[in-house]
Amino acid sequence: MASGKVVLKVGDDISTDIIYPGRFMATVLPTETPQFAFADDTEFNKKLKAKETAAGSFIVAGRNFGCGSSREQAVSCIKGHALTVVARDFARIFLQNAINLGLAMVICPTIEANEGDELEIAGGAVVNRASGKQFPIVPLPKARQAIIDAGGLIPYTRRLLMEREAAK
Amino acid sequence: MGMTIVQKILARASGKTAVKVGDVVEPRVDLAMSHENAALVLNQFQEIFQDTGREARVWDADRIAIIFDHRVPAESSKTASNQKKVREFIAKQGIRKFHDIRGDVGGICHQILPENGYVRPGAVVVGTDSHTTTHGALGAFAFGIGATEMASVWTLGNILNVEVPGTIRVNVDGEFPPHVYPKDLILHLIGLLTAEGANYKAIEFHGEAIRGMSTSGRLTLCNMTVEAGATAGIVPPDRETLRYLREVAGVKDPVELPASDPDAGYERVVDLDAAKLEPQIACPHTVDNVKPLGAVAGKKVHQIVVGSCTNGRLDDLEVAARILKGRRVAEGTRMLVFPASWRIYSDAMRLGYLSDLVDAGAVVCNPGCGPCLGIHQGALGDNETALATTNRNFKGRMGNPTAEVYLCSSAVAAASAITGVISDPREVK
Repeated sequence: MASGKVVLKVGDDISTDIIYPGRFMATVLPTETPQFAFADDTEFNKKLKAKETAAGSFIVAGRNFGCGSSREQAVSCIKGHALTVVARDFARIFLQNAINLGLAMVICPTIEANEGDELEIAGGAVVNRASGKQFPIVPLPKARQAIIDAGGLIPYTRRLLMEREAAK
Repeated sequence: MGMTIVQKILARASGKTAVKVGDVVEPRVDLAMSHENAALVLNQFQEIFQDTGREARVWDADRIAIIFDHRVPAESSKTASNQKKVREFIAKQGIRKFHDIRGDVGGICHQILPENGYVRPGAVVVGTDSHTTTHGALGAFAFGIGATEMASVWTLGNILNVEVPGTIRVNVDGEFPPHVYPKDLILHLIGLLTAEGANYKAIEFHGEAIRGMSTSGRLTLCNMTVEAGATAGIVPPDRETLRYLREVAGVKDPVELPASDPDAGYERVVDLDAAKLEPQIACPHTVDNVKPLGAVAGKKVHQIVVGSCTNGRLDDLEVAARILKGRRVAEGTRMLVFPASWRIYSDAMRLGYLSDLVDAGAVVCNPGCGPCLGIHQGALGDNETALATTNRNFKGRMGNPTAEVYLCSSAVAAASAITGVISDPREVK
């Protein structure tokens, strides 16, 4: 299963304004949004742009990650850097957007980790190799499983569209 | 057990006689709203149709509304080009509920929808904007979604995999004291519930203070329910709703007034007394960091903002104008006013509110989201402090991560404009 280093640790109630500041919202395409990920955290943003964060690295967050604005750029900018988000829980719209776009993420209500720790996702838990502790994962909402299985909302909607057209 | 109004709306929109909390439904959508981010929606929409051999057509052009408000008039060629692309799409698809950058029909999406009668009680409304919760003020089930979700709605006409939310019932009795407003009530409630206290839930408002409240105030309440994490806020529709729809929105066709069953189940009940409220302030950098005004009175303020989808309506401008009439905005403080729509702008001009504000030294800008989310006008300088009637105070929200944003009612904003420090409207002589 996936493993990687924690490259960013943040607290509770991290808003989409922090993940993707509003002043970059005129940029919409998933191919262009990653450059502005966490733009106001200049040090981390610089690391991301210099590709110093390996694909599969982790952001570890507290509760209500992604609260605030519905802007989808907050998801696509993280996905563009191939990061996995482990949060104690997510805000509703962010979680839905993340499922729709296929962002790698894990709901882990008790996660404890620091920047630099090596994490591994294995057997329904996040294992922190630095502390040796395991933290159970809460499965993503069952109602969304069909979207996840289809590889995101675009392919899922395309399939439903074709099924409906065929049934006409 | 009976159903809440939200359960009833979702049951009907999903073709079911009843739904329970946690049921997964796929309701048909009555209105699908986007603003400038329609540029991203249409990108995702076209991707859905890619390689299907079918022309990309929206399911029902009459159920789609697009309003330019976030960056009007365009601040950059990039925005202008996005707006152009959306206009071309609108023309091609035959979307008529389109509000372009115009001084007659333009404005902020969450004001344009109600004042044009696009939102009806019992409707399912989705918008690519988190403050779509606003429209619960008219008895609709209205919630924010992302751009890809909207592309799916444009394609299919229903929204997939919606879990029926549980409901927090908020009863507000008593009468508001002078200088205390619905904004103070919702800030107080968010402080009580916390920023995640209503995650995945609906907030349903009841009580004599709500029944006696204008639709404008109800729009303020429902607008900010998302700041407690709520999926939706809702005021069961009543005579005031009907009055607003007939007199303000010009709705002529029959209107239904759905209600919760007396034995509906609630996950939590919160009882509040409006009479005990005082002016509230949400302090940096989270909306649930709410304190009574007294706790931060005297704090120096560099920029005051009255406006936004939360508090840019006629009554907000009236309150600000009444306080500032014949007075002056303090030196060293700038005051920006953004009416929520051009209709409001025009009414406020006719009623003299705008000249009272301008004479006092306020800058009246064109309707739009303005500085609320830091992407257009009115950005803050390094380490500056803003006091705003807007809805969010997250770090960086008004365009500068070193600045601080405090949130309040328009009365507090106007009283503070006179002094240049956070001030109590009850103490304006």
